[in-house]
Amino acid sequence: MRKVTFPHMGHSYIAFKMAMEEMGNEVIIPPRPGKETLDLGVKYAPEFACLPYKVLLGTYLQTVAKGMDTIVTSGGVGPCRAGHYAHLHQAILHNLGYNVNLICFEPPKRHPIDFYRKVQSLNNAKLSISSIIKLLKRGWHKLKALDHMEKLSHQIRPRELKRGTTSKVYLQAQRWLDEARTHTEIKVAEAEGVKAFNDIPQDSERKVIKVGLVGEIYVLLEPASNLEIEETLGHMGVEVERSLFLTGWTVDNLQKNTEELMTVTEAAQPYLPELIGGHGRDTIGHTVIYGKRKFDGVIQIAPFTCIPEIVARTILPKVSKLHDIPVLTFFLDEQTGKAGMVTRLEAFVDLLKRKKQNISISQTATTLN
Amino acid sequence: MTIKVGIPKTLFYYNYYPMIETFFDELGVEVVTSDSTSRKVIDAGVREALADACVPIKVFFGHVQTIKDKVDYLFIPRVVCLNKKTIYCPKFLALSDMIKHSLDGLPEIIDNRIDVRGNHFAVWKTFYHIGKRFSNSKCKIFKAYLKAKGNLSKYQDLVKEGYLPSVAMTILKNNNSKQKMSHNYSLRFAVLGYPYIVYDNYVSVNLLTKLNHLGVETVTLEQLPDTWVNKANTMLPKDMFWTFSDKVLRSSYHFFEHGGVDGIIHLTAFGCGPDSMVDKYMELKSKQYPDIPFMSVTIDEHSGEAGLATRLEAFVDMVKRKKEADVNA
Ligand code: SF4
Ligand code: SF4
Repeated sequence: MRKVTFPHMGHSYIAFKMAMEEMGNEVIIPPRPGKETLDLGVKYAPEFACLPYKVLLGTYLQTVAKGMDTIVTSGGVGPCRAGHYAHLHQAILHNLGYNVNLICFEPPKRHPIDFYRKVQSLNNAKLSISSIIKLLKRGWHKLKALDHMEKLSHQIRPRELKRGTTSKVYLQAQRWLDEARTHTEIKVAEAEGVKAFNDIPQDSERKVIKVGLVGEIYVLLEPASNLEIEETLGHMGVEVERSLFLTGWTVDNLQKNTEELMTVTEAAQPYLPELIGGHGRDTIGHTVIYGKRKFDGVIQIAPFTCIPEIVARTILPKVSKLHDIPVLTFFLDEQTGKAGMVTRLEAFVDLLKRKKQNISISQTATTLN
Repeated sequence: MTIKVGIPKTLFYYNYYPMIETFFDELGVEVVTSDSTSRKVIDAGVREALADACVPIKVFFGHVQTIKDKVDYLFIPRVVCLNKKTIYCPKFLALSDMIKHSLDGLPEIIDNRIDVRGNHFAVWKTFYHIGKRFSNSKCKIFKAYLKAKGNLSKYQDLVKEGYLPSVAMTILKNNNSKQKMSHNYSLRFAVLGYPYIVYDNYVSVNLLTKLNHLGVETVTLEQLPDTWVNKANTMLPKDMFWTFSDKVLRSSYHFFEHGGVDGIIHLTAFGCGPDSMVDKYMELKSKQYPDIPFMSVTIDEHSGEAGLATRLEAFVDMVKRKKEADVNA
């Protein structure tokens, strides 16, 4: 039996685990990236590799010690370093004496045969094609439910009466979804989760500010790599809306709140007409849209040396000015400390709160006149 | 008064300046380049939004900042792809956007896009569109373009003969007869890296000259026959996406596999994204070919002369001793 692992990206491992197991593989669950992961990654990765590269290398080194023999990952879309990650990871592991297999998925639309072959090489349970398709659909369903839970946590955390309740409920909901294997079970677990979130005692009076979170996909999706920025912000009374989820971003939200319906690419067009790989253009586009939706601020997070995000970073000050939306950027590397981040976040949130107050004061002033 | 177009003396300058200069010259447009990189130039480009960018992009901002007030146009074309295979680093693709949205008081920017994928005449078309700003005669623009192309290949030939860009440009300009280059070098190194790092004496902390003084002849990327570089097989399942990175990697593989040099130096800039991969691949490759010593040198804005000199001396000494031992063995 293959012993597989894959990148740890937030809660998505729960869905991947189900798919891999049902295809007849033993899953070595990638540990939540921690200090050990990063230390290992930093030790063996190139110095200027981006943070996700180091975290993944660390993850593979941790799981290889537990008998992992196959890495399942994706090549990433768009021309960026992520396209070379997997191969270079394998080369480094070989060089260290670990002969691991690599199954690196490319977008199925462009490489259908390659995709099919790779699926088959993981199909040790000899499932029929139709069962595989069903399994993938179920995996997607689970992922969507998980993303739903995470979105709820973003909304409720800043309003919780007792600090920490939301995070606990979110963990609990993940566990329920982990156990759910059929579509019905997933639906039930999701409904249970929603109920649990709604039961959290909330302070309806609290003045909550809204911040959009943009940036590079890995650090957006893996809380351990961004020092739990969403949770930290939530505890500061900030409702976070993240621009990216594995199952796509919040289209309905977009339609409800923007008068002119525009896609992210359209929004980015005046600033960055060229596709530059990674999510650099999305970072610009989402910031424009958050500005139009009158969010209080935007935070960009990206790995240090991340090419597309550095490009975006140089353009964001202009977007921020034209759309009157404050933007704060964090470039993360292995040295970024949580205390430093919290201090900068507090200062930023303070600024946003003051800005909001001033606006409402001047508005009341005009109505009084 | 003649119209002035400003060309930052960095990035594409080392590969294409003779072509651009000739083209504008023929159209009666005056070309102004920024001064060579210096502390002053670099300081002019410093801004908070660039804090995490690679050194060459910071240097580029400095160059733009120092000439923008002296010219009517800035020449920052969007060069996407010139060989139908690889594209330029994402930062190159967005150069004009980064400049436009972060500097004030800019003259008009010539930022026409060049992408030869799926279009045989893309380069000519781009030049035509650029030329139209300055001339109504398609014929005149075409002649200028042809002459520019001719000059470019003369320039490239000179560089292949071993002249450094600055020397090759002077020869080309003054129609100088070439001076014979006669030196007694005991060693030969390949110095691989992006042209805007390797040939910029300030950025490279004079690495090439330092090596020459230590008795080392240097071979750079632009001197290699294209066929070598294209033939070198990197055996990677995916090509490097980026033109310069792809070239650096391929040429290093060529030298590791076919020899011809006593040592290989990879010259890279602090904060360069693509190079983190390129350098690791080179390092892994060098382990298979222990006969050719390999060293990688990372340059940042504060690289000191002394530190680099010491490292180079140690490396050269090591290679010398190794060579002597090989001869005696
Ligand atoms: S987008 Fe950024 S983090 Fe992702 S591969 Fe590219 S440089 Fe690395
Ligand atoms: S290739 Fe490297 S040094 Fe050159 S612009 Fe891109 S990131 Fe900077």
